Amino acid sequence: MAPDALVRVSGLRKAFGGHRVLDGVTLEVRAGEALALLGANGAGKTTLLRILATLARPTRGTAWVAGHDCARDPERVRPHIGLVAHGSYVYEDLTALENLRFWTGLAGLGVPRTDLMAALAAVELERFAGERVRTFSAGMKRRLSLARFVLARPRVLLLDEPFAGLDQRAKKWLEEHLQAFKAGGGAIVMATHSFGRELAVADRIAILAGGGIALDTPRGSRGADEIARLYRLYTENGA
Amino acid sequence: MIFARRAWVVVWKDLLVERRSKETLNALFFFSLLLLFVFQFALGPDRERLAATLPGLLWLGFILAGLLGLGRTFVVERENDCWEGLLLAPGDKSAIYVGKLAGNLLLMLVVEAMLLALFVIFFNLEIAAALPGLALVVLLGTVGFAAVGTLFAAMTAQVRARELLFPVLLLPVQVPVLLATVKATEAVLLGEPLGAVAHWLKLLAAADVIYVAAGVLTFDFLLES
Repeated sequence: MAPDALVRVSGLRKAFGGHRVLDGVTLEVRAGEALALLGANGAGKTTLLRILATLARPTRGTAWVAGHDCARDPERVRPHIGLVAHGSYVYEDLTALENLRFWTGLAGLGVPRTDLMAALAAVELERFAGERVRTFSAGMKRRLSLARFVLARPRVLLLDEPFAGLDQRAKKWLEEHLQAFKAGGGAIVMATHSFGRELAVADRIAILAGGGIALDTPRGSRGADEIARLYRLYTENGA
Repeated sequence: MIFARRAWVVVWKDLLVERRSKETLNALFFFSLLLLFVFQFALGPDRERLAATLPGLLWLGFILAGLLGLGRTFVVERENDCWEGLLLAPGDKSAIYVGKLAGNLLLMLVVEAMLLALFVIFFNLEIAAALPGLALVVLLGTVGFAAVGTLFAAMTAQVRARELLFPVLLLPVQVPVLLATVKATEAVLLGEPLGAVAHWLKLLAAADVIYVAAGVLTFDFLLES
């Protein structure tokens, strides 16, 4: 294992009944690195993220985040992770500011209002701080969900289709934020179906197929067409 | 201190969401009103029949309203996957249980006060003298009911047949509390002093302590599984 690996997965298997979604997945993500997980629907990208986020237990194998076992010691893992999944984790009848106050309070962080407003400003939602989330678009809810991690400062970000539902401006903001997160020594594991601009933040791409990692390679200077070609090659062979 | 603050933010959030949506309170108010109409038609003006059945009817109203209210405890957490957010929040999960319990307790006491007021109006009751004793019995009974109800609401929140499963699990466990509350309410409404129902009150207090302790100790495990 690399000494600066923040995420380490070894021989991971996850089965639902008799169906093995993941089987023998092994990978590492170092501090300051972003890994993009590619794969067809049902390839196990979300399952892998959920295991790393301590929301699902592996059937076999181990997953470690920030030096802690995700299955055996989830409480030690949780302060180090930020999960952006399909749900935005926001309450529709609370305002944006109240949502942030609730989640930071629940995490035991006594965050002053000025910091909460600064987090909303970072995701360009400060004008909507007093608005109920029920009136927000899907993209605004996604940005609000990201604002939580501006405050919580996790070491590992687990992102499931993080750019989905965002407009061009929000995508640019997220890209910059993720680059800054990496530069600060954070690690990112990002599941995506997109081969375009969303992959710019990734240092490596891993293609999940047939339950395992079919390809794990540096992204380098590969463009969208080249990645799409690799994706087709490995998902068609591995599926 | 952090535990108390974490529990408090849960209470604050739940009450704020309820104040704005008024979903539970409105539903329970109209449900209580409907229930009272049914009782009124069933019993008629016979005062003796009413006196004999009032404690049971009162607690039937509290329980039915409580089942509806408690069953909705974690519905708000299903929206936008907030349930997962609660699970991922670092720290002792029993603070979430205590916060949810406190919020439910407040909501149930408001509904019970409303229901009691409706009983007084509908049946032209004179309960002023019995009110302090009745308040104690209702408080003790409600704590036990809410403690188990909050725990089972969490247990069934992610289950498909939760509306069916929730009362099926909750009511058998509540038998000691229901028995004690109805008996103590009957005695208090007949004008007996609290000392005469001390054994029921002790049973209620003991059940409350056990139920709350069980909730605090098992909620973390329950949420994780």
